[in-house]
Amino acid sequence: MKVEAKPGYETKTQPKTGADLLVEALINEDVKTIFGYPGGAVLPIYDALYRAKDAFNHILTRHEQGAIHAAEGFARVSGKPGVVIGTSGPGATNLVTGIADAMMDSIPLVVFTGQVARSVIGTDAFQESDVIGITTPITKHNYQVQDVSDLPRIVKEAFHIASTGRPGPVVVDIPKDISANPCEDSYDTDFHLPGYQPTTKPNPLQIKKLADSLAKAKKPVILAGAGVIISKASLELREFAEKHQLPVTTTLLGLGGFPGQHELSLGMAGMHGTYAANTALYECDLLINIGARFDDRLTGNLAHFAPFATVAHIDIDPAEIGKNVTTHIPIVSDAKEALKSMEHHVKQSPEHKDWFDMLNKYKEEYPLWYKKPEEAMVPQWLLKQIHAKTNGDAIVTTDVGQHQMWTAQYYTFDRPNRWVTSGGLGTMGFGFPAAIGAQLAFPEETVVAVVGDGGFQMTLQELSVLQERGLPVKVIIVNNGALGMVRQWQEAFYEKRYSESIIEIQPDFVKLAEAYEIKGLRIDSQEQLVNALPEIFDYDGPVVVDCRVLQQENVYPMIAPGKGLHEMIGVKP
Amino acid sequence: MKRIITATVQNRSGVLNRVTGLLQKRQFNIESITVGRTEVEGISKMTFVVDVEDNQKLEQVTKQLNKQIDVLKVSDITDKAIVARELALIKVVSTGQLRNEIQGIIEPFRASIIDVSRDSLSIQVTGKPDKIEALIDLLRPYGIKELARTGLTAFLRGQQPQVTELTSYSLLK
Ligand SMILES: Cc1ncc(C[n+]2csc(CCOP(=O)(O)OP(=O)(O)O)c2C)c(N)n1
Ligand SMILES: [Mg+2]
Repeated sequence: MKVEAKPGYETKTQPKTGADLLVEALINEDVKTIFGYPGGAVLPIYDALYRAKDAFNHILTRHEQGAIHAAEGFARVSGKPGVVIGTSGPGATNLVTGIADAMMDSIPLVVFTGQVARSVIGTDAFQESDVIGITTPITKHNYQVQDVSDLPRIVKEAFHIASTGRPGPVVVDIPKDISANPCEDSYDTDFHLPGYQPTTKPNPLQIKKLADSLAKAKKPVILAGAGVIISKASLELREFAEKHQLPVTTTLLGLGGFPGQHELSLGMAGMHGTYAANTALYECDLLINIGARFDDRLTGNLAHFAPFATVAHIDIDPAEIGKNVTTHIPIVSDAKEALKSMEHHVKQSPEHKDWFDMLNKYKEEYPLWYKKPEEAMVPQWLLKQIHAKTNGDAIVTTDVGQHQMWTAQYYTFDRPNRWVTSGGLGTMGFGFPAAIGAQLAFPEETVVAVVGDGGFQMTLQELSVLQERGLPVKVIIVNNGALGMVRQWQEAFYEKRYSESIIEIQPDFVKLAEAYEIKGLRIDSQEQLVNALPEIFDYDGPVVVDCRVLQQENVYPMIAPGKGLHEMIGVKP
Repeated sequence: MKRIITATVQNRSGVLNRVTGLLQKRQFNIESITVGRTEVEGISKMTFVVDVEDNQKLEQVTKQLNKQIDVLKVSDITDKAIVARELALIKVVSTGQLRNEIQGIIEPFRASIIDVSRDSLSIQVTGKPDKIEALIDLLRPYGIKELARTGLTAFLRGQQPQVTELTSYSLLK
């Protein structure tokens, strides 16, 4: 019997290809959003994506760097791995900055790069680059698929590695013939990674040691890092701190892991941290580090870091413990598991009244401070207004520079996963695309991108995506007509020789926004800002706000390079 | 201080690059590195001799190596009871008359002559690095034309002494 094909219905079923297997694997991983950019070596993958159109929201950024920072923003607020696709050669090399950024800040990413066909790998073929060689030092792990039968298993491993233990970026490099050629319907995906078994539960003996130290401590302090946020341990941290009345300071990336407005909060520590936080780290006799990596921007000169303290360090990455700071109580564990175990083992600890009185005095007498002029805007004031208007509960991304530090100081976060910034690598160009990713993860939330006039110009081509997707990101340009952080260092340490840090000519950011059919506003004074806030935040669409602020403002207080925690300058007189 | 570190690794493409790249990135000095297959299919063993400043650095080397997904096990075996060997090939200038003299020198080292030409001879020696150093020193006056060393490879002895206070091996000066 002959079966008539329905008109318009493709009867010939195409054989499955490696690219189809990849698409299936992504569906299995529950991937909905992909950030990418096509090209020769990923044509088969894009063809398979075309066939599976309904399964994904593919965001075509206008540069691969935009794609990967967007994926980072997505991952940071959602806790799910960000997925990126780029082509071979220049596509892959354009992703490198974002891969390095994600590695430094422990952001889970799975990055797929196209590669030339296996038969020509190693011949300097068109758009060939050694992606494995380039990315080995900046990935948690990477793979080049050598056989299509390995592909589904590798994808599964990649997602597992990226998102467990200490998260990080994993690159999967796929030669074009592997994605293009027909293959079997399915392959085995069981995997076994004997060399990757992260320790998530703490050693009770070490927890006991910490409990004993806590019982004796007169000046204890908790330092909370991004690990608290990644392991979703904010609530446990808060309960622990409240129960034992322990002051808490956070790192730059740890902001929001403990409520910034809590009475036990000392605010952020480090180079531009508060006097109270840094002094607490200096004077404490017990330092409990939960999920921070003792970065040099936090510790200042190591010789003066917590010199009187017993140091306990909870980290899921054993290599971080003892790397920079001598640690007396090493606890390899997931932060949440460690806090739960402490809840178990730590009895009521003594009161630390003198310690608290002193810290509270520091908080009161030496708060963050700035001078507000009559009319002109200073960035600190601007950020306070934005904080108030958004009830301190927007998702805020920043770029890198002065505006980043001011946002960290003045946009107080009370919840985790609201704060997205490039800490370890300090990547200019990060903030705006990261906001796109964050908005895609949470379409209903207010997302604010606080960017500098310098850094915004590194990735502003992504305005296309805002317009195209109708993403209501509020872009706040803190426009000081300068590479402000560079200018500040030149003022302080290079006798005001402003070498290449003052930007005389800027584009008209309002017209630029309008060229992308996005609302643009220019704000020159405090009064104008107050009037414009409703227009910016009550409007249901993207806005680019060019905020002209005083150029000469500096970020204070500060620990100058080479100085210790106790040598802060620019503290409120 | 010099330490002998062994790593059991999965024999995947790029694993050597991963490991050496890591040591380079973290600024650890590698004196020698050997790698080869083991009794288990798909598993290789690497032996490094590294020069580290202090215990903290040493701990970092092992932790960073351990963090690699293809690395299964890392051990610092310097202070254990181990057998450790290196192989060296030494080509010395030698005319016919000197051959006997050289033969006499190398014999106590249980080295052997493995190639002879009109004006040179090639010697193979295996042993601990200090033994090899000693032989090289003795042969130097004759003129060393070429020298190739494999680097140290090592593993634990079948039996480890019960006492933990093993006097640290003087294997690595
Ligand atoms: C890709 C990159 N290049 C250079 C730097 C060095 N850098 C750090 S802050 C800064 C100035 C940033 O200027 P802007 O974006 O206007 O921010 P501001 O400091 O003025 O707030 C520069 C150049 C960097 N962090 N990243
Ligand atoms: Mg600027």
